[in-house]
Amino acid sequence: MEIEIDGKIADVPDGSTIMDAAQQLGTYIPHFCYHKKLSIAANCRMCLVQVEKAPKPMPACATPVTNGMKVFTHSDLAIKAQKGVMEFLLINHPLDCPICDQGGECQLQDLAVGYGGARSRFQEDKRIVFYKEVGPLISMKEMARCIHCTRCVRFGQEIAGLMELGMANRNMHSEITTFLGRSIDSELSGNMIDLCPVGALTSKPFRYSARSWELARRKSVSPHDSLGANLTVQIKNNVVMRVLPRENEDVNECWISDKDRFSYESLNSPARLTKPMIRIDGALREVEWNVALDYVTHGLKDVIATHGGESIAALASPHSTLEELYLLQKLTRGLGSGNVDFRPRRRDFSSDGHLAGIPWLGRKLSEINDLDAALVVGSFLRKDHPLFAQRLRQLTRKWGKVSLLSVAADDQLMNLHASRAVSPAELPMALASVLKAAAQLKQAVIPAGLETVEPCEISQAIARTLVEGEKGAIFLGNVAEQNPQAAELHALALELAKLTGATCGFIGEAANSVGGYVAKALPTKLNAREMFDQPRKAYFLLGVEPELDCHDPQGAVSALKAASLVVLMTPFSDLAACEYADALLPITPFTETAGTFVNCEGRVQSFRGLVRPFGEARPAWKIIRVLGNLLDLSGFDYESSEQVRGEMVPEAEEFVGGLSNSLRDISWSMAAPKNGGLQRIADVPIHFADPLARRSPSLQKTRDSAVPTARMNSHTMATIGVVDGAKVRVRQAQGVVELSSQVDESVPANCLRVAAAHPATAALGEMFGAINVERA
Amino acid sequence: MAILGAINPMLTAGLDGDKAWHLADYVKRGGYAALRRILEQKIAQGDVINEVKKSVLRGRGGAGFPTGLKWSFMPRSFPGDKYVVCNSDEGEPGTFKDRDILRYDPHSVIEGMIIAAYAMGAGRGYNYIHGEVWDIYQRFEEALAEARAAGLIGKDILGSGFDFELFAHHGYGAYICGEETALLESIEGKKGQPRFKPPFPASFGLYGKPTTINNTETFASIPYIINLGGESYLNAGKPNNGGTKLFSVSGHVNRPGNYEIPLGTPFASLLEMAGGMRGGRKLKACIPGGSSAPVVPAAQMMDCTMDYDSISKAGSMLGSGAVIVMDETTCMVRALERLSFFYYEESCGQCTPCREGTNWLYKIVHRIEHGQGRPDDLDLLGSVTTNIMGRTICALGDAASMPVQSFIKHFRDEFAYHIDNKKCLVPVDVQRAGSGFFTATV
Repeated sequence: MEIEIDGKIADVPDGSTIMDAAQQLGTYIPHFCYHKKLSIAANCRMCLVQVEKAPKPMPACATPVTNGMKVFTHSDLAIKAQKGVMEFLLINHPLDCPICDQGGECQLQDLAVGYGGARSRFQEDKRIVFYKEVGPLISMKEMARCIHCTRCVRFGQEIAGLMELGMANRNMHSEITTFLGRSIDSELSGNMIDLCPVGALTSKPFRYSARSWELARRKSVSPHDSLGANLTVQIKNNVVMRVLPRENEDVNECWISDKDRFSYESLNSPARLTKPMIRIDGALREVEWNVALDYVTHGLKDVIATHGGESIAALASPHSTLEELYLLQKLTRGLGSGNVDFRPRRRDFSSDGHLAGIPWLGRKLSEINDLDAALVVGSFLRKDHPLFAQRLRQLTRKWGKVSLLSVAADDQLMNLHASRAVSPAELPMALASVLKAAAQLKQAVIPAGLETVEPCEISQAIARTLVEGEKGAIFLGNVAEQNPQAAELHALALELAKLTGATCGFIGEAANSVGGYVAKALPTKLNAREMFDQPRKAYFLLGVEPELDCHDPQGAVSALKAASLVVLMTPFSDLAACEYADALLPITPFTETAGTFVNCEGRVQSFRGLVRPFGEARPAWKIIRVLGNLLDLSGFDYESSEQVRGEMVPEAEEFVGGLSNSLRDISWSMAAPKNGGLQRIADVPIHFADPLARRSPSLQKTRDSAVPTARMNSHTMATIGVVDGAKVRVRQAQGVVELSSQVDESVPANCLRVAAAHPATAALGEMFGAINVERA
Repeated sequence: MAILGAINPMLTAGLDGDKAWHLADYVKRGGYAALRRILEQKIAQGDVINEVKKSVLRGRGGAGFPTGLKWSFMPRSFPGDKYVVCNSDEGEPGTFKDRDILRYDPHSVIEGMIIAAYAMGAGRGYNYIHGEVWDIYQRFEEALAEARAAGLIGKDILGSGFDFELFAHHGYGAYICGEETALLESIEGKKGQPRFKPPFPASFGLYGKPTTINNTETFASIPYIINLGGESYLNAGKPNNGGTKLFSVSGHVNRPGNYEIPLGTPFASLLEMAGGMRGGRKLKACIPGGSSAPVVPAAQMMDCTMDYDSISKAGSMLGSGAVIVMDETTCMVRALERLSFFYYEESCGQCTPCREGTNWLYKIVHRIEHGQGRPDDLDLLGSVTTNIMGRTICALGDAASMPVQSFIKHFRDEFAYHIDNKKCLVPVDVQRAGSGFFTATV
C-alpha cells in the first residue's frame, strides 16, 4: 500500500491506518485516545486529517490506508477540524494548569499550545465532576480534568485483563469511574497514570511533591521480579521522587508493574539503616565504618581460627546485583568455605551438579508473543510475574492457548485454555499425567515410571495444545522451583518439552535468579538449606531477611540465633534479625549503586548509581571488596563495578552465555504422596516479595497487602469445625500463629494456604511442609 | 395515537386496532403468503433481493438507503453465523409509526424478517424494541410465540429446510441505541455507543459477524413487495421513491396520528387528512422528517410532495416520516431550545465534538430564550455546529446541528429579536393561546 502524507510517500502493509503510516514517516498527528498498545477508539477526534476525495475530515487513528491515498495533516481543513476539537476539549476542562500535577507533562497542555485559542468563547460555568476514591496508588481527585479518551478503560479491559474503570452516564455527564465505589486493585494499575493524557489520574504517592521539569531522568532496571523491567527513575535534590517505565519492546514493552513503580518509596524510608551497627555489651550500637569492619574481620578470623573456614556460610538475596553476588562468593571461597547460596526460598537442591548450564526462561521474552501453546507449571502467575503474565494474556487474546498447572486456582484474568490446581505434593503427578497424555497423543514410548498414570481430561487438553501447536513452551514458576520435588518437576517438564518440541524454562523468582548462576554464587558444600540444617558458627547475610525470605524461617532463625557471629548487610534497620545479628552493615539499594541484573532470558542489564548513598550506607560490592582487603585475600583490587562484571560477562555482551535447562542423570521417582495431614501452600504476596516492596507505604495499603489468612476449602473447614472468618491457630513444628480463616474452594483437598514472607506468618516453617490448623 | 387515515394503503390495509393483530388475522389478510411462496417455489435468494431492488424500497428509518442494495452487501458465501436485526428503537422525536406497526400488525415485521433472513442466508434475527414502549415489546413476544408455534420460526420452516430463529430484545430508552452500531453494542450487552465505521455491519456486525439492520417499517413492507412484485410496489409511489409510507403527523393539527400515503402525495393532502391546522391558524413551519431534519418554512412546505426527492430539494430530509407541524403561535427559539436539549441529553458522550458541542448548543439557545442572548450568539451557534458536523463517529452530531442551522437560517429575525429585545417576537399570550394548555391569558 502506498500512501502520501503531506507530500511524503510511505509504503505500509495492508491493514495499516493513516496513523501507522504517519509514524513511519515521522509525521506527528495530534491525538489523545490513540495508543499503540490499545484498541482503537477514535473518540477524541483530535487526529482528524484531510483525505483527498473524502468529504469530511477523517480520524487518522482509525482510517485504513487505501492504495494511492493522499493525506494532508496540515491543510486548512485538517487544522480547522483539529482546532475545533481542541476548543471542545477545553470548554469544560479546568484551566488550572498551574496547580495541576500533570502540568509540564500534559498532552492536552502541550497540544493546546498548538491548537488552542487565546481566549475561550465558552462563558458558562464549567462542568463539575465529583472525585472518586479508588485506592492507595491512583488519585482520582480532579476528575473534571478528564477528557474521556477511555485509555484507562481500554487498558483495564485489554492489558490488565480486568475492567476496573468504565465510562458511566451519557453526554457531558459521562464520567470515568469504578464499579459502585470499588477500588482499583490490578497489579498493573499504575500504568493508567502514564496513559492518562491529562491530570485526571495521578500518582497518589507522587502528586504535589515535584514538578516534572525539576526532575532529572535517569535510566535504571527494576530490582524486583525476573523480567528486569526497564525504568526511568526521576530524581530531585538527590532524592528519588518517582519511577516510570522506560520503553523496551523486548522486555517490558511500555508497562511496569505497581511494584516496580511504587517501591521507590522505601528508598527514602525512615527505616533506612544509615550507620553501621555492632553488638556491644548485648545491644546493637551505631559505630563508624572502620570500627564495624574491624569487628567483622576479627569476628570472621576468630571463627576460622577456632572452627575452620567451613564453619562460615553466606546467603544472598536473589535481588542482589551480579557484582555483589560474585564478590560474596569470592569472599566466602577465599575464607575457605564452599557454603554460599543465593536461593533462600528453595527446598530441593538435588538438581545442583546435574545442570548442563544456567537455568533460564528457555526462550526470549519477545518470543512469547508468537507461541501457539504455553503451559505454566506451579505459579501464582499474575502476582508472581505481573508483566510476564501480561504477555501471556496478550497471547490468549490472539491465538495462543495458555494452560496453568498449579497449586491454586486464582483468577489469572486471562482466557486460560485449561487450568488445574493440585496440592504441591501432587504437582509432579499432575505434570506426569500431561506427559503421559502427550506421549499417548504422539504414540511415543511411555516414559518410564508412568505406566500406571491415568491422564485426566484436563491433562489431555493441555497435552493436545502442546502437541498440536507448532511453537510451544513450558514455564516452571516459583512454586515449581520452591517445591520439595523441584528437580522431579524439572525433569518431567524437560521430558514433556522433548516430546512435544516445546521449550522448557524457569520464569525465575527474582531480578537476579539467572544472574546468581552467572556469578557462581552457588554452593560447593552446603546450600541454602543445609547451611541452616547443619548450623554454622558464622553467617554472612546479604540483603536477606531470614524470617521472610527463607523456605523454612524456623530452621534458619534457630541456626542464626545459635551462631556466634551473624553479619547482616542490609539497607534497612527495622529487621526482626536485629535480635540476633551481631553486625549490621548499611548497603545501598539499586538506585544508589552501580550493578547488573541478568533477567530471566539471560539479558544483561547494567545500571548506575543514580543518587548519593543514603546516610553512610555504601554499595555492597565496595564493602565486600574492602572486607576482602582487610581479610588479606587476593584478587580484591577492583576499582569499579564494571571491572567486577568484566570477570563474568564480556564487555557489551547483550546476553549471557551458557544458558541451558538440560539435566544430567536426574529422573523422577513418582513416589506416591504421603497421606494424612494437611500440606501448606505458601504464596509470596506480591508486595512482600522483597525488602524494598515490603517497606513502601503505598504498596502496603493495597488490597494485595492484606494480612494473610488461612485459606482452605469448606471440607477442610468443616473438619476443623470453624466458620468462615473465625480465628484459627496454625502450627508448623514449634511455630504457632493465629490467623483468620477464609473459605476458598479453589484450595486443593488436604491443603492449607498460608502466605509466606509476611511478619504474621514468619514464625511458621516450610513453605510447602506439613501444617496443622485448629480452632483458636 | 393510532392509524387515522390512509390513501391506497398497503401496510395498514385491513387493520382493526387491537382486535386483529393475531396470526390468524394476519393470515386472513393474506399474511405469510409471500413467505410460503418463496419457500415452496424455492425462489433463489438473489431473485428475492432483485425484487426488493426493483421496488426501490428506501430505508424507512431515516437515512433512506435503498434496501435491496443494502441486502446485496451481505457476503453471500460467508461460512459462519449471519444476523438480521430489526431496528424498532424508535426514539426520534415526532416518530411513532413503528410502534403502531408492531402493535397492530407485528406479523408483517416477522414475515419481512424471515424473508430477509432467507434472502441473505442469516440464521438468527433480533428485533430491538425501544425500551419505553413495554407493551409493544410484550405484544411482539406474543406474536413471536404464535409464529414459533405455527412453525414459521425455528428449525425447518414450513418444511423447507430453512432455519431461522428470531428474538425480541428491548432496550432501555436511549436514543443513541437507534444508531445501528450502538444498537448492536447494546444487543451484545455493552454500553450503547456507536462503532467507528469501517468496518460496516455487513462485514463486522453483531458479535463480529455480517449483519443487516433495517427499520421496522422496511421489514413490514417486504411481504407486500414480494406479493405485488417489485414493479407494482414501485409504481404505488413515484419513481425512485417506491411504495407507500407511514407518516406520523404531530403538532398543531386537528387530528395528530399516523397516516399511510403513497410517496409523492402532496403535503397539502396529508395536512388535510390530519384535519387541517388547529383552530384554523396559519402554518408557520414544518419539520418533515423527525427532529433531526432541517425545518422548512410554510410556503416552501406547501409546495412539497411527501417523498425523499421533493423534501430533499426543499433542503430537508424525509427521514423517518415524522411530520412536526408548527403554527404561527410557535416561538421558534423555544422550539429549538427543546430540540437542542434533547440532543444534548441523548449524546452518548463518546466523541468530543458531540459530547461537548451539543451541551454548548443547548446552553446558547437556552440563554437566548431566557433573555440573556448576546449579539454574536448566532454566529457562535453557526460556528459550533460546523465544528460538530462531520467530525463525529455517528450522525447524532449532525442531527443535533441541522435543526440549529435551519432554524437560524429560516427564522434569523426571530432569534435576533429575542437577543435584542430579551423577549419573544410571538407574544407570550399568543403562544399560550396556541398551545392549548393554557386557558387564561396573560
